[in-house]
Amino acid sequence: MLNALLVVVAITIIAWLGAAIGLGGLFGVFLPYVAILVFLGGVVWRMVYWAKSPVPFAIPTTGGQEKSLDFIKQAKLDCPDTTFGVVKRMFLEVFLFRSLFRNVNAEIKTDDPINGGPRIIYYSSKWLWLFALIFHYCFFIVFFRHFRFFVDPVPGCISFVEMIDGILQIGAPRLYLTGVFLVVGVLFLLGRRLVNPRVRYISLMQDYLPLFLILGIAISGILMRYVCKTDITQVKAFIMGLVHFSPISSDGIDPIFFIHVALVSSLLIYFPFSKLTHMAGVFFSPTRNLPCNTRRVRHVNPWNPPKDFLTYPEYEDLYREAMAGAGLPLDKPLEAKKEQKSGE
Amino acid sequence: MLYNSKAVIAGIVVFLVICTAPFWANFGGDYKKPEVLMPANKSEQCVESAAFMRAEHMQLLNEWRDQALRDDNRQYVSSNGTKWDISLQNTCLKCHNNYEEFCDKCHLTNNVDPYCWTCHILPKGSK
Repeated sequence: MLNALLVVVAITIIAWLGAAIGLGGLFGVFLPYVAILVFLGGVVWRMVYWAKSPVPFAIPTTGGQEKSLDFIKQAKLDCPDTTFGVVKRMFLEVFLFRSLFRNVNAEIKTDDPINGGPRIIYYSSKWLWLFALIFHYCFFIVFFRHFRFFVDPVPGCISFVEMIDGILQIGAPRLYLTGVFLVVGVLFLLGRRLVNPRVRYISLMQDYLPLFLILGIAISGILMRYVCKTDITQVKAFIMGLVHFSPISSDGIDPIFFIHVALVSSLLIYFPFSKLTHMAGVFFSPTRNLPCNTRRVRHVNPWNPPKDFLTYPEYEDLYREAMAGAGLPLDKPLEAKKEQKSGE
Repeated sequence: MLYNSKAVIAGIVVFLVICTAPFWANFGGDYKKPEVLMPANKSEQCVESAAFMRAEHMQLLNEWRDQALRDDNRQYVSSNGTKWDISLQNTCLKCHNNYEEFCDKCHLTNNVDPYCWTCHILPKGSK
């Protein structure tokens, strides 16, 4: 946990010092280009790698009654048996995190009044679902709002999102609610790993690092917008230089911008090689994307070697005389051939 | 060999197109940093330094509104001790009278939509 925090602090300090001694070009031009290439190449590599991996068994999760007899009600969303049903399940999974919604927590109640002793109880736990949903959607809107720096003129959909996001008109520049809720969401996801002993036990550096990186990105962005401001028109000109492949000088931009960019670049570089690839991985999960029709459709393991089959009629043809001699029952009797011959 | 190659390739193409959108949306275009037209009477100083105004003008305007309308205080003392009337129309717009060439220049390119004009009347010669 501390190691992950130290990595993020180190990136921040390196970017800050680097920008302060005039290495803005390194952190503002070279690093973002490398990060975008690594991110795109890495995620495509992961997707191809997954697409090459065969699925040996049909392992869809069954969250309810599978399709059975007509009078038994099927759980169509959690146990779909058609491709369209799977599309619906994927939609609920990707956009509404349904598997987190169905999360159940088990806890041992030491003094239970019902049986007068310890008892394990299961109860629906929606907190992770709620904060994960808040976090992901706020992160997406924050990401989407940034496109005002990447295109000119700025399209109306971005203005609309900004208008809704700043609708409370708190302060100037207007407070964006998604920025606040993004930090709240990350802090919950981080706090959960620190406070819940079971989750803390299984949490590793690679669980904390994305959270600290995203927290660092959010805090540096919020600071840049509301506290230690930089010349935003110069920043837009700088970013437009990047997207036109004709970078301009980084003079006149505050180091906080380069801290923000260095942290975002680190996240992009780290993305394809970490748990963050669940963005692409959710589509490749056999537990989610296979239909629950295992009782009706045979799933053939694609890596099974080709097999030489001997069907029963072929077997009988091979051993007919021996089988007839041993008095075994035959589908096609031996006499039939003899009779035909004697008839000639 | 790719399993479900049609869906996978379609997914990869969609991913790449969305992620590189800023590059092809600007392809062939050109962007010039907008230059604001400074007020004609260069002799007069603004209420605060140019660097401060560039970074904090929105916060200052917000404070001025609260001072004038909520606290009934129409006087602002700047960091160098000069006294100013708290008024958008009579103080700010007296020098910065070209809305399109001054305010709009940065606001449009950065998609900033100040809500000054839900109460105040937009200066003449503007949209």
